[in-house]
Amino acid sequence: MTTTFLVTSSLVKVLVILLITVGVFAPILIWAERRQSAMIQDRLGPSRAAIVLPASAVAFIDRARLPMWRLAALTGIVAIVALVTLTFVALKGSNPLPISTSSLTSSLIAFGAASVLLRAGYGMHSMIIRNSGKIMLIGLLHPVADALKFIFKEDFVPPKGDKLLFSLGPIIALIPAIGAFAVIPFASSLHWDYLDQVLPRTGEIAGLVVPLQVASLNVGILFIFAIASTGIIGAAISGYASDNKFSLLGGIRAASQMVSYEVVLGLTLVPAFMVYASLRLEDMATWQHDHVWGIFVPPLTLAAVTFVVAAIAETKRVPFDLPEGESELVGGYLTEYSGMKFGMFFMGEFVEVVSLAAIFSVIFLGGWDVPFLYRDGFEFSLPFVSASYSVPVVHWLVVAIQFGVFLFKIVALIWFQLMIRWSLPRFRYDQLMSLCWKGMLPLSLLNILAVGAFILSGWLDGWVAFFEKLF
Amino acid sequence: MTVEVKVIKKPGRTLAEQAYVPEIAKGLGFAMGRFFKNTFGPQAKKEIDTVKYPEEKVEYPERFRGIHRLTQRSDGSPRCVACLCCSTACPAQCIHIEPAEYEPDDPRHGYERYPSVFVIDELRCIFCGYCVEACPCDAIRMDTGMHMPPSTSRDHFIYDKETLLSIPGRDGTYLTANPRHEPGDDTHPGIDRERGH
Repeated sequence: MTTTFLVTSSLVKVLVILLITVGVFAPILIWAERRQSAMIQDRLGPSRAAIVLPASAVAFIDRARLPMWRLAALTGIVAIVALVTLTFVALKGSNPLPISTSSLTSSLIAFGAASVLLRAGYGMHSMIIRNSGKIMLIGLLHPVADALKFIFKEDFVPPKGDKLLFSLGPIIALIPAIGAFAVIPFASSLHWDYLDQVLPRTGEIAGLVVPLQVASLNVGILFIFAIASTGIIGAAISGYASDNKFSLLGGIRAASQMVSYEVVLGLTLVPAFMVYASLRLEDMATWQHDHVWGIFVPPLTLAAVTFVVAAIAETKRVPFDLPEGESELVGGYLTEYSGMKFGMFFMGEFVEVVSLAAIFSVIFLGGWDVPFLYRDGFEFSLPFVSASYSVPVVHWLVVAIQFGVFLFKIVALIWFQLMIRWSLPRFRYDQLMSLCWKGMLPLSLLNILAVGAFILSGWLDGWVAFFEKLF
Repeated sequence: MTVEVKVIKKPGRTLAEQAYVPEIAKGLGFAMGRFFKNTFGPQAKKEIDTVKYPEEKVEYPERFRGIHRLTQRSDGSPRCVACLCCSTACPAQCIHIEPAEYEPDDPRHGYERYPSVFVIDELRCIFCGYCVEACPCDAIRMDTGMHMPPSTSRDHFIYDKETLLSIPGRDGTYLTANPRHEPGDDTHPGIDRERGH
């Protein structure tokens, strides 16, 4: 492995992660949170930000609409004909037609894609006409508008506040949130020399291996804890530096809440280390790929629930958003922040949501594992029946599917978190603390005990063997 | 007489409610149901109350008093006979009318007058509808279903005769449903101001 390749691949991985977190998920989350809350509360939500098109462009779009629809229908019919022919060929086993199978396949893909794209274009154009010549994209332009506003807003610093710490606060809050992604594996490792081949299911493979993870640290999850606890400093010093009693109270609340829940957060994951016998996140994902998803191992199910509660408290979001409880503290430690500094806190919060979803899916939902997908492709099998149906898949596609499913898991978990955020009322501060120290701490300690018993008694092996027989 | 007392159970004290988790699940389930119904459900079942305002509009109720319009005769001239009933009835004194006589060769000459100037100051108007009530000819109406379009200049709210005549009713027409009997029609009563009854 050359150094250049290592550096290039690492840079690409870092860029992908930055793109996913700051570039895609955070802005879309800002939109999704508002849109989703609106849907729960029978409102329309953000839909006003728009690009106004000139009248001539609108007229052109209006004229192009119908031909587009017709073309979509036409290409769609061709694609369906190709599909029917292909099915016929596949059923017959041989191809008696003058057209070769490969050209049929390529025409199916080309015409199908063209049809879908044209139909989507027709839909978009109709939407523009319906919105009287404005591109609105169901409110997706709002994050752009927000960002523009943030950038051009006055960058206010309280005159008697600590200017250095005040500016440092948002940075310390945002960077660790992104840093947590360094150890998260987003697909199984990539065998660079065999991209377009079907790999054998088991065994070592020689050649260049690219682990799809920025840093393969042997402390793994402990790195995430370490870097997440840095976020406490961000909240605390920004509260202190704001020269405002509300901010200070918010910062203190944030610090004490995060310190308390950090303890629980660590303890809830101890059962996971015990079962997977590793701290590395990629080993955890591989264990779940080989055996069974963590959430289906009984003591880990409880660990998963407690982990979600502790992690939501750690991200300081509803129902644990007391540090910024607006009815008591105006905006908590965010009170004095405006412009892009506030934007960084905001981004940090949403990146934390994404990283929480990623960590949860790696530890409890198998990470990049896709049911029935192995290194050599899909193999579907039924429980207690030896019959199976396998589809070989080339290596790059296997990795791409794994990556896509991992992203899907993250999106589903984010959706769930937003759902919690809009459904539950806020706790009182003493309730928050007693839930942590009197409820979740003993519960997670007991859970560690239970997992120990589960492993020592050999039930874990039995359970895993039972599951493997099932699938 | 004995007073019957109905004992109502205190809410929120059952074990399931105290355990918090089932209630969380219930709340989440409700919110999720709402979310799916309003996001992916069929259009008819959605319960979204807000509209995209300038693109979609909620119709005003049928009897809504919108901006005024002057109704027209079938030849396009105003039905108004400049009797000044509306400006007299107007509590805000926002209507200004200058009556004028029709040309001598017009069959309406000597029978009725017309407004050479008819101005309504829509910023003064309190939209009480007394002018419509007072009008004997069904010449002024507030059935446009429109509120005043916003503007940055006060001048834009002074509606003159041409503007008022150019505003259609909610059904899109400039006439009214009430028939008009012009001089010369069979139905015309044939009375004349100058020649007596």
